[in-house]
Amino acid sequence: MSTNPSSHRPLPAANLMGMSLSLPLSRREALRIGLFSTAGLLLADNWVRAAAETPPATTPVAAPPIQAKARSVIQIFLWGGMSHNDTWDPKPDAGYDYMGEFKTAIPTNVDGIQIGELFPNLAKQADKFSLIRSMTHRNNGHETAAYLMQTAHVPGERLAYPSVGAVFALFKSPTYKGIIPPYVVLTQPQGRFSEEGFLGPKLKPFATGGDPNAARFEVEGVVSRGITDARQKARRALLDKMNTMGHTLAASPQLALSEEAKKQAYELILGQGREVFDLSKEKPELRDRYGRNTFGQDCLAARRMVEAGIPYVVINYPGGWDTHSNHFATMRRQCPQLDQGLAMLLQDLHDHGLLESTLVWCCGEFGRTPRVDWQPPWNGGRNHHGNVFTAVVAGGGFKGGQVVGASDAKAEEVKDRPVYPVDLLGSIYALSGINASAKLPHPMGTEAHVLPSASENVKSGGLLSEIMS
Amino acid sequence: MKRSLILAALVLGILAGRAAPGVSSDPFEGEAAPVPRTKIDELVFARLHQLGIPLPAVCSDAVFVRRVYVDVIGTLPTAKEAKEFIQDPDTKNKRRLLIDRLLQRDEFADYWSMKWGDILRIKAEFPVNLWPNAAQAYHRWVHASIAENKPYDKFAREMLTASGSNFRVGPVNFYRAIQDRTPEGIAGAVALTFMGARAESWPTNRLAGMAVFFSQVGYKPTSEWKEEHVFWDPLGASTVPGNSAPGRAAVAAIGQATNSVPQPAIPAGTNRGPPVATFPDGTQIKLPPNRDPREVFADWLITPKNPWFTRSIVNRVWAWLLGRGIIQEPDDIRDDNPPSNPALLAYLGKAMVAGHYDMKRLYRLILNSNTYQLSSLPRVTTPQAGANFASYPLRRLDAEVLIDAINQITGSSDLYTSPIPEPFTYIPENMPAIAIADGSITSPFLALFGRSARATGMENERNNKPVPAQWLHLLNSSHIQRKLEQGPKLKAIFDSGRKPSEIVQELYLTILSRFPTPEEAKIVEAYGLVQPARPAPAASSGKAGDQPAKTVVVKRRDDWVDITWALINSTEFLYRH
Repeated sequence: MSTNPSSHRPLPAANLMGMSLSLPLSRREALRIGLFSTAGLLLADNWVRAAAETPPATTPVAAPPIQAKARSVIQIFLWGGMSHNDTWDPKPDAGYDYMGEFKTAIPTNVDGIQIGELFPNLAKQADKFSLIRSMTHRNNGHETAAYLMQTAHVPGERLAYPSVGAVFALFKSPTYKGIIPPYVVLTQPQGRFSEEGFLGPKLKPFATGGDPNAARFEVEGVVSRGITDARQKARRALLDKMNTMGHTLAASPQLALSEEAKKQAYELILGQGREVFDLSKEKPELRDRYGRNTFGQDCLAARRMVEAGIPYVVINYPGGWDTHSNHFATMRRQCPQLDQGLAMLLQDLHDHGLLESTLVWCCGEFGRTPRVDWQPPWNGGRNHHGNVFTAVVAGGGFKGGQVVGASDAKAEEVKDRPVYPVDLLGSIYALSGINASAKLPHPMGTEAHVLPSASENVKSGGLLSEIMS
Repeated sequence: MKRSLILAALVLGILAGRAAPGVSSDPFEGEAAPVPRTKIDELVFARLHQLGIPLPAVCSDAVFVRRVYVDVIGTLPTAKEAKEFIQDPDTKNKRRLLIDRLLQRDEFADYWSMKWGDILRIKAEFPVNLWPNAAQAYHRWVHASIAENKPYDKFAREMLTASGSNFRVGPVNFYRAIQDRTPEGIAGAVALTFMGARAESWPTNRLAGMAVFFSQVGYKPTSEWKEEHVFWDPLGASTVPGNSAPGRAAVAAIGQATNSVPQPAIPAGTNRGPPVATFPDGTQIKLPPNRDPREVFADWLITPKNPWFTRSIVNRVWAWLLGRGIIQEPDDIRDDNPPSNPALLAYLGKAMVAGHYDMKRLYRLILNSNTYQLSSLPRVTTPQAGANFASYPLRRLDAEVLIDAINQITGSSDLYTSPIPEPFTYIPENMPAIAIADGSITSPFLALFGRSARATGMENERNNKPVPAQWLHLLNSSHIQRKLEQGPKLKAIFDSGRKPSEIVQELYLTILSRFPTPEEAKIVEAYGLVQPARPAPAASSGKAGDQPAKTVVVKRRDDWVDITWALINSTEFLYRH
């Protein structure tokens, strides 16, 4: 962490509170609103319900009116940490030791904004997204930095905070009525940190598994290879007949819960829920435009999911970006896919009228060292760099075509307007109508808030008001 | 109603008596009327009688063998073990003898180390942060203690008074697994672990008085990466800045490992604890200057007259075996949470003291009671019946036990890893989930099915509540489907060339630990491709038309997979019963 006092500004409480559009909640209210539907037995609510040990409130409490711009969020997590100066923040004047193989920056459809040469499609969409070129947390460990970027809490505290997706699942599930869980990850969970934190396993993301680019997107548990609907139904009938003890104990209240959960599972396996995952319902030309690769089709699947109202979708970048060695070849292989998929996602969200209500954010846990390491064993690689890197935001109330902050001439340090994780997440919560100072239900009753409170002295540069409409 | 028919059949079965062992039409209940057989039964049945709650029958041998394997060693009986037990004619002694055998099995120590691992928070990483070597040392010590049947009072005392390196002296990790290392935080963890009490519900002066015993616990690093010593530190030496030598700071300062870093003089008057401590029962004691106060506390803790210690452990073990505590939750002992059967709790406590805290003796006492052996089909489902143990309660198998059972049946294995720290940790392929030492080493299945996060040491951190995502996994995941299609043990059964009825029997014994009933056998035999029977050779000459067309069921491999699939998705498989 930085010891430079000038970059240290305690988080102003009023700043966060002022931006959040809901009323401050008491712990009890937050628990009720967050965990229990007031409208009876909603399906989505049930995915999360068991997370709470307390019984449902008997008197329904109306949720405060929330004026959220973003209805859904798509998070593209470039795990491993994508190089920032090869992509979003090129420095052509820094020379070969910094630029390596990628010597040029290209213009975009916004005057004055240039990006890396590997992103020609994104250059045509620059009016839809904004670049935060001064993201910083100065942490260079994968798991601690990933935790920081998705919780804004200091890693190594004794509490394991939930990630932003789990917080969305907690607060959005009362108003979300779909059959698919409210927090989905395409296709593999992050693994290096626990997304649900102390909220417990029920707020884990639903990881689809499978490959959306395959002939059939085999979503784990929903679409199973080699099992036709006819066989699925024959099995279900067989289980029903053979379940001797289940029949004998049909009156058991405990089994009733389990049977209800089973019924919901079958709504996905045999009902309409699974259609969201059926990419063959899209035109082949559209699928082509996203790119016929896993990431491209992840983007298409994500658009279908937000269309269906799922509150939080993560695309955990297939393969990742941890390019210590073989850096330039990896960038040449992966960047075109990122370029095509993300550019098309923004265009397609826009075409479907979904960009205003869908917040997209894209970054890794850190950037990579701007100076190329030519020595063995790296032979032209880039290492972890948390001092400065770029995050991209679009839609859901974020303005497009803007640049926030700047890095120095070699993309090594923040030059202007540092943006810390708490600022980025605070802005995302504010646009989504989630009160960042709301309390989270901790199993031991320990006081814990969505974001660190002012007294915790977490570094902040303030919310991203300059790009929030 | 189907249910009332089955119940009626059960009642008739009980009245009519039983056929030969194993060939029963009632798979779940035995003929024995629930007579009190032990002192436990007398106390439980008397209470139920007083409340007017009727008793079910005692469970069948088939239910018993499965129940006691799962409860005592967290492992399913094999088809052979189940069959031999069910067919053993020594009905008088066989349950007792099986209990004795199971208490000696290696899996007994594996399974109970897993349970204690939840309570003692054996976890290398976030948020407990023991670090892998220390988590392994901690688990090794717990495992060895259980395997040698260390008396529980000794087990607790050794843990509370341990000093030394986290890598070498396993039990010191008790103090390192406590997230809040203030004296109050430590006292709270000790109260939860060994007194079954939540300090939050205590008057504050009780916790403060107890905290004094833990005000001299010191932690200091060494020059070994992540090694930490826990020790008696009466002068607070480990809190003096620059005095962590020979620790990391000192190493960093001089650039090499050494044990001869000059020590700053300890300032006078750094003694942190006031000299008077108060036991939770209100007794005050002046701490002797020449004794680790943790020892003073431990000696008080394990005296038989301590109102918390003995009750807490017997109540915990009871809850582990019978699904709920006599005081429920088992780690929430307080005056305003009274036991459902005070005489029973008092009796178990007395027996524990008389047995010198012999844990296996306590298990044996409970497992041999008819109360433990009651049927899981309750006659009354009121909360009061549950709180008074009027039947054996249904509970979903623990995550680790469930996946181990599926792997045992199919002959497959799972991968358990920890992605932190790098390089990633992997464990040997055939290690069962119940034997995993470290809560950080995990799999998506274990997380989905509510394995304890081991963050708090509370019993309720393990979450066995059903959610739809679990059903998606069991009913339709590639993970389970692959095991069903490719598991070598199942393949061997499917391809054994035996008659379908024999295969059905083998599947039932393997998965449900019992023989199929005739009705079940019929259902299974009817599942598959229905085909017209091959017409008899020409001799029948045109007469075939007179008779209704005969059909046969052809069993393809997928049909056997589906039957197995149905069995592992049945209530009987998924629940302890």
